[in-house]
Amino acid sequence: MTRYSAFTLFREGLRGHKGWSKAWRSPEPKPEYDAIVIGGGGHGLATAYYLAKNHKITNVAVLEKGWLGGGNTGRNTTVIRSNYFYPESAALYDFGVKLYEGLSRDLNYNIMFSQRGMIVTAHSEHDMEMAARQTNAMRLNGVDAELLDRDQVLKRIPLANTRPDCRHPIHGGVLQPRAGTGRHDAVAWGLARAADSRGVDIIQNCEVQGFITEAGRCVGVETSLGPIRAGVIGAATAGHSSVIAQMAGLQLPITSYALQAFVSEPLKPVMDTVWLAPPFATYFSQSDKGGLVIGGGLDRVPSYGQRGNLPMQETVLAGLAEMVPALAKVKLLRHWAGIVDVTPDSSPIIGPSGLDGLYLNCGWGTGGFKSIPVGGWLLAHLMATGRHDPLSQPFDLTRFPTGRLIDEGAASGIAH
Amino acid sequence: MQIFTCPFCGPRDEREFHFAAEAGKTRPDTTRQIDPETWATYLHAQRNDKGRTREVWMHLPCSELFLMERDSVTMEVFSTHPLRKEPQ
Repeated sequence: MTRYSAFTLFREGLRGHKGWSKAWRSPEPKPEYDAIVIGGGGHGLATAYYLAKNHKITNVAVLEKGWLGGGNTGRNTTVIRSNYFYPESAALYDFGVKLYEGLSRDLNYNIMFSQRGMIVTAHSEHDMEMAARQTNAMRLNGVDAELLDRDQVLKRIPLANTRPDCRHPIHGGVLQPRAGTGRHDAVAWGLARAADSRGVDIIQNCEVQGFITEAGRCVGVETSLGPIRAGVIGAATAGHSSVIAQMAGLQLPITSYALQAFVSEPLKPVMDTVWLAPPFATYFSQSDKGGLVIGGGLDRVPSYGQRGNLPMQETVLAGLAEMVPALAKVKLLRHWAGIVDVTPDSSPIIGPSGLDGLYLNCGWGTGGFKSIPVGGWLLAHLMATGRHDPLSQPFDLTRFPTGRLIDEGAASGIAH
Repeated sequence: MQIFTCPFCGPRDEREFHFAAEAGKTRPDTTRQIDPETWATYLHAQRNDKGRTREVWMHLPCSELFLMERDSVTMEVFSTHPLRKEPQ
């Protein structure tokens, strides 16, 4: 593998770029591995990377039914943040942000994590009280947070609607300065390259179709390329986790929904932070190419369709037009949808699946991209040791029978 | 946009409808002691089928619940029925 640096870029520039090696191999699957990771998105690739890096387990295969990062890793709005409410969530997501902060250097691949901050605005006196509560909760959990007044918000978002008679005037907001955006494809490609260089086999166009069990333990998978045995198996299949679980004879507390996003034509720089306005559940940022990247709430219809529907499109864009009337005539370039795995408490599921030898990392719902490194880190720990890291323990499936849910959907008022 | 057919009112805009739940769940007998696993399964576990699904929907203007069979990938609707006249 060629190490990327300013020097190699300069050298290859002089040599006509003929010296670059492939970022990862495309090997044929072996009949057996120490560990198999199902799903070649961000979480699956991160799992393989941390299995190799943290646990020295390198005889690993990542099985991807399509192409790398072609699911939700390539269908999100690239926001990275940890502005959650409960201590368990704050610890989990903030470790994710910390891993992202070091990821470009760690992977020798520029994932373009731009910590431009994220603001969740407040639109009434009561919202301001909840914003203060959220800021305090985040600070008590050791996460950076600042309570902004109206002028401070408008200074950071000069585009915002300032009409005194608008439906939801801005009173202030909560800023997380360390939040921001990353380059989604680079996260998948950088993790794939780094995992491959440590010996991981990344096998694309290889669909898992069933599990091989012996004496009640999962010992391998049936795939479109034939059976592959493994000592331990981890599934990181996001919106398709219920499909994988059905193959194992399990049912999960997950409903799959389409989550849409939009990108506009490129504009000159107009927005250098991420802004979520809860009354509209619409949020947007501006990419380095100039496109506005716009997201909103879920399509409230269970779906595996990987495309959106018009009613929610109208809702999200109507919200944007109220947030920033100047953007009402901006043209959209593309819109798309990913299939997200939503749990009853909007918190992820990390832990044993119920079938011995099979571990799960799913249920991230609308927040999977920001948790790619931490999700991979924790699933790798489970697969390598058979035990929870303290960070993932609260997110075990056992929280459903015990009733100890971590209800972030209600607590942090985030649009999922 | 899609048109769904309310079994009581007829074909209407999809925006008039609300997904309620998967069909076919049976509530455990709450007059007896129920173990936490059974109750959690009833409350939270979903089939979440990819492909053909059977679901309970509500038509909001008339507030009637009904059964819809559809495809969760293509969004094609196969049939809608009143819950009391569920096809065998």
